[in-house]
Amino acid sequence: MSDVSQNRTKPSVENCNAVPDIDRSVYDIRDEEHESDFYRLEEGLTEETVRRVSEEKNDPDWMREFRLKCLDIYNRTETPPWGPDISGLDMDHISSYVRSKSEMKGSWEEVPEDIKNTFERLGIPQAERESLAGVGAQYDSELVYHNVRREVAEAGVVYTDLESALRGEYAEMIRSHFMHLVPPTDHKFAALHGAVWSGGSFVYVPKGVKLDIPLQSYFRLNAAGAGQFEHTLIIVEEGADLHFIEGCSAPKYNVANLHAGCVELYVGRGARLRYSTIENWSKNMYNLNTKRATVAEDGIMEWVSGSFGSHTSYLYPMTILKGNRSRMEFTGITFAGKGQNLDTGAKVVHIGEQTSSLISTKSIVKSGGIGTYRSSVVIQPSARRARSSVSCDSLMLDAQSRSDTIPGMDIRTSDADVGHEAKIGRISDEAVFYLMSRGLSEEDAKAMIVSGFADPVSKELPLEYAVEMNNLIKLEMSGNG
Amino acid sequence: MSAELRQDEILLATHNLSVSVNGAPILHGVDLAVRPGEIHVLMGPNGAGKSTLGFALMGNPHYEVTEGRIDFNGEDITGLSTDKRARAGMFLSFQNPLEVPGISLGSFIRNALHQQTGQPVKLLAFKKQLAEAMALLSMDESYADRDLNVGFSGGEKKKAEILQLLMLRPKFAILDETDSGLDVDAVRTVSRGVEAYQQQVGGALLIITHSTRILEALHVDVTHVLVKGRLVATGGEELVEEINSQGFERYLG
Repeated sequence: MSDVSQNRTKPSVENCNAVPDIDRSVYDIRDEEHESDFYRLEEGLTEETVRRVSEEKNDPDWMREFRLKCLDIYNRTETPPWGPDISGLDMDHISSYVRSKSEMKGSWEEVPEDIKNTFERLGIPQAERESLAGVGAQYDSELVYHNVRREVAEAGVVYTDLESALRGEYAEMIRSHFMHLVPPTDHKFAALHGAVWSGGSFVYVPKGVKLDIPLQSYFRLNAAGAGQFEHTLIIVEEGADLHFIEGCSAPKYNVANLHAGCVELYVGRGARLRYSTIENWSKNMYNLNTKRATVAEDGIMEWVSGSFGSHTSYLYPMTILKGNRSRMEFTGITFAGKGQNLDTGAKVVHIGEQTSSLISTKSIVKSGGIGTYRSSVVIQPSARRARSSVSCDSLMLDAQSRSDTIPGMDIRTSDADVGHEAKIGRISDEAVFYLMSRGLSEEDAKAMIVSGFADPVSKELPLEYAVEMNNLIKLEMSGNG
Repeated sequence: MSAELRQDEILLATHNLSVSVNGAPILHGVDLAVRPGEIHVLMGPNGAGKSTLGFALMGNPHYEVTEGRIDFNGEDITGLSTDKRARAGMFLSFQNPLEVPGISLGSFIRNALHQQTGQPVKLLAFKKQLAEAMALLSMDESYADRDLNVGFSGGEKKKAEILQLLMLRPKFAILDETDSGLDVDAVRTVSRGVEAYQQQVGGALLIITHSTRILEALHVDVTHVLVKGRLVATGGEELVEEINSQGFERYLG
């Protein structure tokens, strides 16, 4: 009969899980910085640099003083003793301010060609034309474009860059909210942010105004060896409703880039704010971002967060449930591939009575990536009959990768209803075989399983972001490295 | 793959096929020859290696071919990956279909069709076909939108397998105990689906079963008895009757 050798079998089991790296080509197209078109502050951080940023931005006096105070705090504060290693981040080699020499535009046609091309490639602002109430686009340190639909503006909604807001009608409001929720003493990078922040958005939704289509900001860090420190300040008044979407990306360089943004969200009585993020920084980025919301009585804060990029991330959006019956929901996914150490999670502090929080996260690790889920649930003595439920699922795509879960809980009442659930699993070979037996390639079968795992999160995202997330997963799983 | 075979040619053949799982030999020198459109029945006591044969034919990497060869449609497929076997026209109805969250049964079948044909699958025509096949299997249409097998009852999982058989239209299908664990009505429904597959596609079948209920409406061409990893008897439809009344006792020992 036949003389088939012993080794002549199917693909080996050991190699099933070797998945090559992502093709990030769309994100990686970088624009050459023409010296004459860009203003770039020298690297490093000194009082002189901070004064220069302040001057560049034509700050009011209080802001200049605030920046200097933050620098002082920064210099006196140690880097966090926990979490992923950030010793590769050398502030002496990060330029804290880079901007195009053109002014911010209100019409897309006026945005400089090369910057426009970058955003067009990323699908912005095509998205605006279809389904957004307003769009902001930040390139390096400054916003290059901002536009809001007329009917939205007529309803009294303000969506502008923070710099103009600092000098206009809302100056006092900004002064009384800016870095009040995230004080510069919070941690070293909050202080850094306070010292050199630039760009970002200010959104104000007046009482009772409900936006049924989202506002979106897109952040792009193009310059090598630079930092992006945008500040997002959103105030949603009583009974108002807003969905805000944030997207981030950057091309890859061989030097470290730093993102230390800050997001402060004020949710009024009975108001609802949904804050969605798809973060796809390049893998040389240190993403040390701080996001925080405070919620008044009967208010609702919803977070949807997808973390795919960056070299190292520290990201734990925090919600302070101050008012009675205020609620929060956090839905997050983190995908850590080769060379990535993503430390993500959520924090919630229950202060009001009958407050409730629901945290649900997914984490995927592959090719030696490290994904850590870190959370903190605090229920203060005043938070009678509070409820909190935390669940985290991890999917490990190979044995070289690592997934950790570090849930913290501090419960100071006797009548709290608190639950926590954690699961760590692998892709089952049998499921891959099942899908392949219907004609799917091994790669497609695995991508389908991973997308399925991520599905509860994609369902929460706006359609074009869900599509982007699925594309990112497919790219991560495919051989187009 | 090669052109359509003539009726008298062999569609699927194993030659002296031996298979091990985790180094333990399970199948020993199995010879099979299935012609286009034929119905073969594989019977045998528990642990005889029936499912192993199904998995090995479909190319599960945990089932190692240590000796022999598998030919399909005139080509040696012994080293071919599972997805390529599926695209060549092979199908396995699983005894325990896997649950895959996040993808609906309907879009999974559409995706699989797309993978197999390489052509875009027109949505309206697809939906119509799917609805017809589901009606034939007495499946509620809502199942098309539910995650693949997730939370399906045993019976619904088996129906979903036959639904895939009807939609993917393979040349050769292995049904691994598709009737086990089903009540009488469900067996009849599944059997109706298999019959429809035969009529519509004219594909060949290898039916692994313990009982004869699923075979009632079908014309069995060949019956094989597998004991301890060896084919010990081959016959016609009458062999099914014999085992049904007398069991495997005369083949054991």
